[in-house]
Amino acid sequence: MEASKVIHAIYTDDDVLMNAVKKVKAARHHIEEIYTPFPVHGLDKAMGLAPTRLAITSFLYGCVGLTVSIVMMNFIMIEDWPQDIGGKPSFSYIENMPAFVPIMFELTVFFAAHLMVITFYLRSRMWPFKKAENPDPRTTDDHFLMEIAVHGDENELTNLLKETGAVEINLIDKTH
Amino acid sequence: MYTFSSKLKSVALGLMIVGLIGVAYGFFSSNKDFTEVETMLASETHYGEGHESASADEHAVKVDDSHATGTHAETAGNDSEEVHGHAEVDEHTKHVNHVMHAMHKRPWAALYVAAFFFFMIALGVLAFYAVQFASQAGWSPLLLRVMEGITAYMMPGAVIVLCIALASGLIGHYGLFIWMDPEVVAHDKLIQGKTDWLNITWFGIRGFIFIAGWYLYRFFSRKYSIAQDEADDNKNFIKTFRISAAFLVFFLYTESMMSWDWIMSVDPHWFSTLFGWYVLAGMMVCGITVISMVTIYLKSRGFLPKVNDSHIHDLAKFMFGFSIFWTYLWFSQFMLIWYSNIPEEVTYFVTRFQDYLVPFLGMVAMNFVFPLLVLMNSDYKRIPWFVVMAGVVILCGHYIDVYVMIMPATVGDQWYIGIPEISSMLFFTGLFIYIVFNALTKHPLEPKRNPFIKESEHFHY
Repeated sequence: MEASKVIHAIYTDDDVLMNAVKKVKAARHHIEEIYTPFPVHGLDKAMGLAPTRLAITSFLYGCVGLTVSIVMMNFIMIEDWPQDIGGKPSFSYIENMPAFVPIMFELTVFFAAHLMVITFYLRSRMWPFKKAENPDPRTTDDHFLMEIAVHGDENELTNLLKETGAVEINLIDKTH
Repeated sequence: MYTFSSKLKSVALGLMIVGLIGVAYGFFSSNKDFTEVETMLASETHYGEGHESASADEHAVKVDDSHATGTHAETAGNDSEEVHGHAEVDEHTKHVNHVMHAMHKRPWAALYVAAFFFFMIALGVLAFYAVQFASQAGWSPLLLRVMEGITAYMMPGAVIVLCIALASGLIGHYGLFIWMDPEVVAHDKLIQGKTDWLNITWFGIRGFIFIAGWYLYRFFSRKYSIAQDEADDNKNFIKTFRISAAFLVFFLYTESMMSWDWIMSVDPHWFSTLFGWYVLAGMMVCGITVISMVTIYLKSRGFLPKVNDSHIHDLAKFMFGFSIFWTYLWFSQFMLIWYSNIPEEVTYFVTRFQDYLVPFLGMVAMNFVFPLLVLMNSDYKRIPWFVVMAGVVILCGHYIDVYVMIMPATVGDQWYIGIPEISSMLFFTGLFIYIVFNALTKHPLEPKRNPFIKESEHFHY
């Protein structure tokens, strides 16, 4: 169930934020999202986020690129029109393979890099003209914002967050 | 303090003894004379490839009375029987001589390949060690003493390589370097043009200068590293930083020249401009692999408690990266020569493809494909047995790399990985283990006052 009310706790220091995350996790509250102006090392671990699988997709895309380059050059240079170009052996793919390696390498890298980046954009929902999902513009400069769903006692959570060193705590109603 | 376990010590000594016996056997058994080689060839079925096999067999049997004209009449064609008969006999003598020389060279070459392989590990580690100081690396200080232990083999190893090279010329009938043979040079215009560089005196002096330079760096960096333990300022560290930077400049020049001298000159008709880097890349991979294997061994025995799996991960990353760098240089050298196909350069690869196809391409699988797939995953790079397994394959692959650099020019198609090769490897493995682990016992395995030691202890990736 999507929580109708969330609390935005704002911090001004990444160390304080890290400790707050650990405390909130220990009190078994669900952290919906954290907005930071820069990558905070270890934040994903503290939040308990699953590791990314982007590297695995990249490896697979690289394999696709390698296959594309081999199939393409085998068809063009060996099967379709095996010309004698400067005495290079075009009788079979393997005999002329060294000449194809630069292209095989580049296409592998090209596919691995570009498709991985596109995967990243899709998975993190980023595209031009997308409306920015930023609850507070200060989080792009020097503030850190933790968004926590309110399920039980609102005051108890507020007190907990105050203890962790939040400089500002706002209750947001998401129902509108 | 590390103590050299008596078990490992006896393993090292045992390897040396077994290796020495095998090396001696290799020298005795290869010392065949003309007639022995001749009868041996006659009994082999593949002799006379390119001739008609029947006439070749006939011919081998009847060689003593060298007038075996009758059987050759059939193939004589327009030539007179007499002339053709003589030509065949000369051809035969030449062939048997060729095979005989190749067999004589084999134990020399086997010893040289093994000696160079272990020397190159130690020199690679020395260069890597200097890089750690010059780049002020924060992750590696915990491993510096391990590296210092391995570089203890550099000096004796290099002296052995140089001595084998010189001895093969002075007492070994020019077993490795044909340019050392005045007979060959007298009939070879190409080598004559290179005698200003390739002559035995200058070769020895150059080798001595290289070794002296490397040894001086090793001596002083070790001295300062130990002095730093007891010092109350960082003067020693700064001194090491400076000599490391200077050494790296010296090293890059001398390593290049060393690779021309000690490896490329076995083929004095052939040259390649990126050869020095190619040898360097192989050196670095083997060096880093041995660092990680020794580190994992010492850690498993409880001597390096502060080394964590992030250190192993970093070493494995370097193994992975340098394996790919090696392949890049291997392929660049091969592809440029294959593509342009200039006869005086391409013979180098033609002989390797004809006579060494399996080791030549097999090592690419071992040095590239295997580490690429095995060490790509970040989790696997933290698992010690995985790193050791990859390391064993990499080391075997680079032994074959050195083998394929030396053997085609010395023994040619008479190669085999048999007793001389294996026992040479056993001997130098034993010697390497003995010297390295002996050096590790001399000083504490953890540098005490290295300015980066705290960072290294908390290193976490």
